[in-house]
Amino acid sequence: MIDQVRQGFHRLRSFFRRAQQDRELDAEMFAHLELAIEENLERGLSPAEARRQALVRFGGPQQVKETLREARGLPLLETLFQDFRFALRMLRRSPGFALVAIFCLTLGIGTNAAVFSWMEGLLFRPYPAVAHQERLVALTGTAAQDDLSWPDFLDLQRNCKLFEAFFVSKIMGTTLSIGERAQVVTGSVVSSNYFPALGVHPILGRAFEPTEDVGRSAHPVTVISYQLWKERFGGDPQIIGKTQRMNGVLHTIIGVAPEGFYGTFVGWAMKFWVPASMEDTFEAGGYKLEDRGERWIEGYGRLKPGVTLEQAQQEVSAVAKRLDADYPATNRGRGVKLWALWQTPFNNAGTLLPTLGIMLVVVVFVLLIACANVGNLLLVRAFARRHEITVRVAVGAGRRRLLQQLLIEGLVLSALAATGGLLIAHWSSHLLVLLLPVRNGNAMHLPGEMDWRVMALSAAVCLASTLLFALLPAIEASNVDLATTLRSEMAGVVHGRSKSWVRSGLVVVQVSLCFILLAGAGLLLQSLERVRSDSPGFSTQGTLVTAVNLSASGYDVQRAKSFQDDLIDRVQGLPGVESAALARVTPLGYGTFSSAPIAVDGYQPPTDERLSVDYNQVGPGYFATIGIPLVSGREFTRADNETAAPVAIVNETMAARYWAGKNPIGDRLQVKDKWLEIVGVSKTSRYYSMREMPKPFFYVPLRQKFSVGAALNIRTKLRPETMAAALSRELKAMDANLALYEVISLQEQLDRSTSAQKVAVTLTGVLAGLALVLASIGLYGVMSYTVSQSTRELGLRMALGARTPELFRLVISRGLALTAGGILLGAAAALGLTRLLGYLLYKVSPRDPLAFGSAFLILLIVSLIACLLPAWRATRVDPIVALRYE
Amino acid sequence: MSESKLDLLQGTLDLMVLQTLAAMGRLHGYGIARRIEQVSGDAVLLNQGTIYASLVRLQQRGWISAEWGTSTNNRKAKFYSITKRGRKQLSEDAAYWQRLSDVMGRVLALPEGSDNK
Repeated sequence: MIDQVRQGFHRLRSFFRRAQQDRELDAEMFAHLELAIEENLERGLSPAEARRQALVRFGGPQQVKETLREARGLPLLETLFQDFRFALRMLRRSPGFALVAIFCLTLGIGTNAAVFSWMEGLLFRPYPAVAHQERLVALTGTAAQDDLSWPDFLDLQRNCKLFEAFFVSKIMGTTLSIGERAQVVTGSVVSSNYFPALGVHPILGRAFEPTEDVGRSAHPVTVISYQLWKERFGGDPQIIGKTQRMNGVLHTIIGVAPEGFYGTFVGWAMKFWVPASMEDTFEAGGYKLEDRGERWIEGYGRLKPGVTLEQAQQEVSAVAKRLDADYPATNRGRGVKLWALWQTPFNNAGTLLPTLGIMLVVVVFVLLIACANVGNLLLVRAFARRHEITVRVAVGAGRRRLLQQLLIEGLVLSALAATGGLLIAHWSSHLLVLLLPVRNGNAMHLPGEMDWRVMALSAAVCLASTLLFALLPAIEASNVDLATTLRSEMAGVVHGRSKSWVRSGLVVVQVSLCFILLAGAGLLLQSLERVRSDSPGFSTQGTLVTAVNLSASGYDVQRAKSFQDDLIDRVQGLPGVESAALARVTPLGYGTFSSAPIAVDGYQPPTDERLSVDYNQVGPGYFATIGIPLVSGREFTRADNETAAPVAIVNETMAARYWAGKNPIGDRLQVKDKWLEIVGVSKTSRYYSMREMPKPFFYVPLRQKFSVGAALNIRTKLRPETMAAALSRELKAMDANLALYEVISLQEQLDRSTSAQKVAVTLTGVLAGLALVLASIGLYGVMSYTVSQSTRELGLRMALGARTPELFRLVISRGLALTAGGILLGAAAALGLTRLLGYLLYKVSPRDPLAFGSAFLILLIVSLIACLLPAWRATRVDPIVALRYE
Repeated sequence: MSESKLDLLQGTLDLMVLQTLAAMGRLHGYGIARRIEQVSGDAVLLNQGTIYASLVRLQQRGWISAEWGTSTNNRKAKFYSITKRGRKQLSEDAAYWQRLSDVMGRVLALPEGSDNK
């Protein structure tokens, strides 16, 4: 064993000291032969004979050297090195080929690496500063993936043994103002164990104490992000103990999070964290930590090592079942569901998951097309190099060695391309952010992650694609039959049928893959158009929406009420404003509607139905302002205030479900323990997403269920910028400390709600374009080659009287036959595959003729263009030269 | 005569080289080759060059050492000598060969066609 290690070490050393050892060996062999000759001379032989015999006894010096090198160094590595150097030399000799091949492969591998890095950075390891992310899981309720309540969370924490910890993080916003600079920032309300559970230690100060979870608004402390510390506090080393006003409450800064920790909400970089006891300060709707019915937290768990998701789910479900029995009023039929981190439904990971899944398929297609291109190039080159290869076989190169050498040439190509590809991935790691809208001056935070896993996967892709594109040409080339090759070389250029079939086949596959991508991109584009032009049930034109963050400036309920009345009066007095109204939540925005258990006279719910309906709190004139028509009854007015009888407006879907078509006006609706009188029925509109099914929904007057935070809706023909300027002036006159949120149209709001589709459309479009370029390079290459190889045939045809247009048609029609084959194959595959777009398609059939038709047209036109030059060249063949040329 | 020369079994050359160095002390490559030829009475088919592959192997395993020196007739040559580890290895290998050849001898001594139990 030790001897083997010693030998290995010697071999390795020899490998690096080859030149010196070769010299020594030469000297030693020289000495050997001299000694032998001398002895032979002494035996009386002539000098010539003495030398000859010495050489015979020694054996061929070259062979001896070879066997010695094998015994001495690392033969495999040495031949690999030789092949590697040879490959580089070959590539340098044909730079055009090398450049095209590397370009194609760089696109193929680069797009793959980019998507891998996005998946890694957004889905699999979204929190770079957090250790062992593979053991993190997300928690939601089982009912429509709703959130968890704080008491339920505490029960899970107490009763589950398979978890190291449960922790909570709920995204919040606030306005920070220090001196002149006011800024809207995002932060999280977290459970006190948040930082230890993640394994993140503040670089200054401390994390939260367990006691800081308890007591309504009792612990105004905050840990701030590294970025906030640097940017707003200038990296002040004495920051701990200083205070910062947030939502009107003075918070003491107790810690600074390490650089690179952005919290646990994919899509946004958190700037601060406050303990759960401060929930009331940051969220509307009162203190929720003691109410099992209030579901507001976004929970995570960290599994103990070795625990599977299934085991953990069983334990959590068992606890949920006990809660169901113990608290039927709030927990009847509610379970708790665990999600792998990459499936987290409540942040942007969930939103982007289907898009990234589709991207993965798309980039694999692009890679295949690129590989087909390079494969084709190599086939052509192997044919051009058959002379070299034949000679090498003739002088005794082994087939294995030849195969190894050709594969290494391929590997050199793809390794160069992979390097370029990783650069592409690196540069595009922040690309997703550019495709998504900036909200309130905050750009999203969606970085790709280039860790060793992404590198390893890209290297694997590089190897796999080498095998894909280089193996076939290498086998083909190393398979030379000496006699045939030498003979065919004498006979001139007669390319084997089989090889031209392989090349044509590759082009057909390329075109078909390209067709699928184009059709897919067309479907997504159409779907996005439909979503954006579809009516959400309110008028997107002529309605602007914005907000004033009163709670951030410390307004109490009484002050907020008088401020809101004043604001509406002033806005309605502005020139160009038709009407203005407040509402707690704007539809299709990020905000979450409140939800409440209801009961209706005469409606018997099926036993398993939990009657719980979403509602919004809206001000007088809301329906007219936002443009939701009332079917019957009346709007809320200023008279519907705290002292008046409680009222509600239901939508048509709700009326149809609970009143069975009877007009509900005048009937009662029980919400929690309060009875409301129904005064109106509105049209059903979209609330959370353009793709949702019509859902029951009701409205109550803002004054009867008051919220300090409210969005301002304005009906006007003015542009958002004009309105923003006017609003800022009014606001300044009312209270100089208030900051206005950005003013956007409802159309913009709708467009933002479809940003995931926009990302999918843009990326698929770009990649389909790349695929088109690659496929047309492939078609062009094959057609050029066919023309150059059939010079004699073309010359003959010409000599026999074929005219230019006929030859032109001949070449074009060959090219189009390939395209047609590809399109047929692609269309057949696409008919089956586009169904997978499912969720991203909106009111578009997966077999939409427009998308398929445009893909067909685009491919047809592009392949015509790709064939033009080769066809033109065919017509320029001089028959005399062509015939003599052979 | 050349038809009847013995082809060397794998590994036997290494052993011959070790034994030669153990018996003769310091020798250069040519000397080792000549010595093996002489001892075997020219019965061994030996390309003298293959000696050097064997010498490299033995050196890498640390069983022999090498240094440049001058031969009796004042030629520069590389001289090899056996190391302590080499002697140990030699005694092990020699014992193994002894046993193997005993066994082979006994097996081959079985009379042909006899029906021994």
